[in-house]
Amino acid sequence: MEKFVTLESTAVPINVEDIDTDQIIPARFLKATNKSGFGENLFRDWRYDENGKPKPDFPLNNDTFKGKILVAGKNFGCGSSREHAAWSITDYGFKCVVSSFFADIFKNNALNNGLLPVQVSDSFLTQLFKAITENPDIKINVNLLEQTISVPSLNLSESFDINNYKKHCLINGLDDIDFLLSIKTKIQQYTEAVKTY
Amino acid sequence: MSKTLFDKIWEKHVVESVENGPDVLFIDKHLIHEVTSPQAFEGLKERGIGVFKPENTVATPDHNVPTIDQHLPIRDELSRLQVKKLTENCENYGIKLYGLNHPYQGIVHIIGPELGITKPGMTMVCGDSHTATHGAFGTIAFGIGTSEVEMVLATQCLLQYKPKRMRINVEGELKKGVRSKDIILYIISKLTASGGTGYFVEYAGSAIRNLSMEARMTICNMSIEMGARGGLIAPDQTTFDYIEGREFAPKGKEFEEAVAYWKTLKTDDDAVFDVEFTYQASDIDPMITYGTNPGMGMSIDSIIPENEPNKKALHYMGLSEGDKLLGKQVNYVFIGSCTNARIEDLREVASIVKGKKKADNVNAFIVPGSKQVEKQAIAEGLDEIFKEAGFQLRQPGCSACLAMNDDKIPKGEYCVSTSNRNFEGRQGPGSRTFLASPATAAVTALKGKISDIRVFI
Repeated sequence: MEKFVTLESTAVPINVEDIDTDQIIPARFLKATNKSGFGENLFRDWRYDENGKPKPDFPLNNDTFKGKILVAGKNFGCGSSREHAAWSITDYGFKCVVSSFFADIFKNNALNNGLLPVQVSDSFLTQLFKAITENPDIKINVNLLEQTISVPSLNLSESFDINNYKKHCLINGLDDIDFLLSIKTKIQQYTEAVKTY
Repeated sequence: MSKTLFDKIWEKHVVESVENGPDVLFIDKHLIHEVTSPQAFEGLKERGIGVFKPENTVATPDHNVPTIDQHLPIRDELSRLQVKKLTENCENYGIKLYGLNHPYQGIVHIIGPELGITKPGMTMVCGDSHTATHGAFGTIAFGIGTSEVEMVLATQCLLQYKPKRMRINVEGELKKGVRSKDIILYIISKLTASGGTGYFVEYAGSAIRNLSMEARMTICNMSIEMGARGGLIAPDQTTFDYIEGREFAPKGKEFEEAVAYWKTLKTDDDAVFDVEFTYQASDIDPMITYGTNPGMGMSIDSIIPENEPNKKALHYMGLSEGDKLLGKQVNYVFIGSCTNARIEDLREVASIVKGKKKADNVNAFIVPGSKQVEKQAIAEGLDEIFKEAGFQLRQPGCSACLAMNDDKIPKGEYCVSTSNRNFEGRQGPGSRTFLASPATAAVTALKGKISDIRVFI
C-alpha cells in the first residue's frame, strides 16, 4: 500500500450531501476483475450525459478545479460496500477526501487503499467550500502525523481524528493482511479451542 | 457485568486485541459473489498465499446474472467473464460454489438462511452491505470491502473496531396492511440515512418478536440504509423452528445442543446501550419513499413535506413539496432483491393479485431470491397466479435492485420497488425509485398508480 504522510494540494469541491457509492461509481461499471481503470467512470452519471458528453457544470469537468483532494458534503460514501468506490477515487488521482461525515464501510475501504478520509466539522467544511470556490488555486495542507488540515493563506486549521492503528498503517504503507498473516498460528489455536455450531 | 447480545457474540470471536487498536475478529462464515471477490483472489495470487479455511466460505453468483434463459451462456461478455472467474477461483481454492444452474443458487443473503448456513451466535461477512440480513438470526453480520474479503480468505479474520450499541424497540400491534418493510422504512425515516453510522443495532420489542423470520430479515437487511454496520434480533423459538431441518443445520442431538446454546444469546436485562429508541407499532402506516435516499420516506397517504431540505432529490424525482404520491401513475413494478424476494413475499403478492389483472400501463416483474424460492413458488402454483395477473416471473438474481444486468428501469420512469435503495440511477440511469413493501407494490401494479393496500384489503 502507498504511504501517506503529508499532502499539499489544491482541491476539487463537490458540495452535495449523502453522496452514495452508486453516484461515485454506478453498478454497471463494476464488471472488471482488476482494480485499475475505475477512475474513468468516477461520478459517471453526474460527469457525463447519456451520450457520454461531459456535463460542463460538474466540478470534475471544470478546469478551474484540480488537485489531489476531494472535498464533499456530509455522509460521503453511504450505500453499498463496493470498494470500487475507493478504487475509482484513487485511480482518478485523489489521495484524500474531506467531508464532515463518512459512511463506515467507505471509510474502511478508503483506509485500506491509502486514501485518507479526513473528517472535519460542519463549520470547517463550509469555510473550505467557500475558500475553494473563491480561489480555486488555494493550497490545502493535510498532515497525518500531526492530524491537522489547514489552509495556511487563510489561517484556517483544524485537527482530525484517526485511530492509531490505521495511522501507523498509512504512514508506513502497511496493510491489515500483513499483520493478520503474522498471527496465523494464534488464529489456528483459536479455531481449535472454540466450539461453533 | 451485564452485556448486550452484540457484546456477547463479539467477545466470543476476538482472537486478540491490538494494543490501542482494533480487535482481531474471527469470522465463522464468509459469503462471496462474483462482483466483489475477483480482486481479492488476485491479491492472494500476488502475495503467493492460499485460502486459509476454504470450508468457511460459500460462493454464488447473483449480482450480475441474467434473470431469463439462465441455461444459456451469459450474453454480456464482461458479466460472463466475472461469473467464470468466480467459478475458476472456487475450483482453484476448494470453495463450495452454487453456480448459475445449481438448485441452491440465489441471492447470497437469501440462500444463507434458507440452507441453514446462517445460525445464531455466528460472525458472518460478505462483500455486500446487505449482509446485515443474517442478523435476523442473532448473528453479527456485516458488509465488507474487497480488501477485507481478501483478509478473510487469507486468515479468516478481520481487524475491526467495535461499533457502538444501539437498540431500537418497536412495541405493540401492527395496524392492518402494515408489513415489516414499513417498519424499517419508518425507522429509517425517523433516524435518517446516516443516523445509525458507527452503531450496530439490536431490534427488540413485541412487534419485532411477533414477526416471522422472513419479516425479521427484511428489517435487519436495511440496517445499512441508516448507516448502521448491521442489525440483529435475539434468536427465539421462531428462529429455532425456522432453522430445524434445513440442509446445513445441525441435526439430532447436535441440534438440541445448539438450541441450548442459542437460548443463551440475548441481551441481559440491565445491559446498557449507547443509544436507545422506542417506537409504537400503532404509529406506523404503509410507507413509501419520495426521495433519493431511503431516509426520505413517509406514510403512503402523506404529502411530501413542505420543508424538505433536499431540493436536489425532489428535482431528480420530478416531484415537489406538497405533492401526494397516492394516485401517481407508475409504469414499472419490481418485486425482488435480498430485502423482499423470499417465499413469504411471493405468497403475499400472489394473495393480492390472484384472479386479477395488472393495469395495462404497468410492467410488473417478480424476481425470486433463489432457485429454492422459485421452485417453491412453482410447487405452490404461484407462477400460474402471476401469469394470469400479467406479472412476469423471472429467474433468481439481484436484478433491478442495482441494475447491473439487463433489468433496468428506463430513464425518467417511476418504479415501485421492493428493494432497498432509491439512489439516483440505482435501477438504471435516470430511473426514479419509490421503495415500498411487496403488498404496496402488488396493489400498485394492479391499479397502475400508487395505491394504499389498506383501501384494497
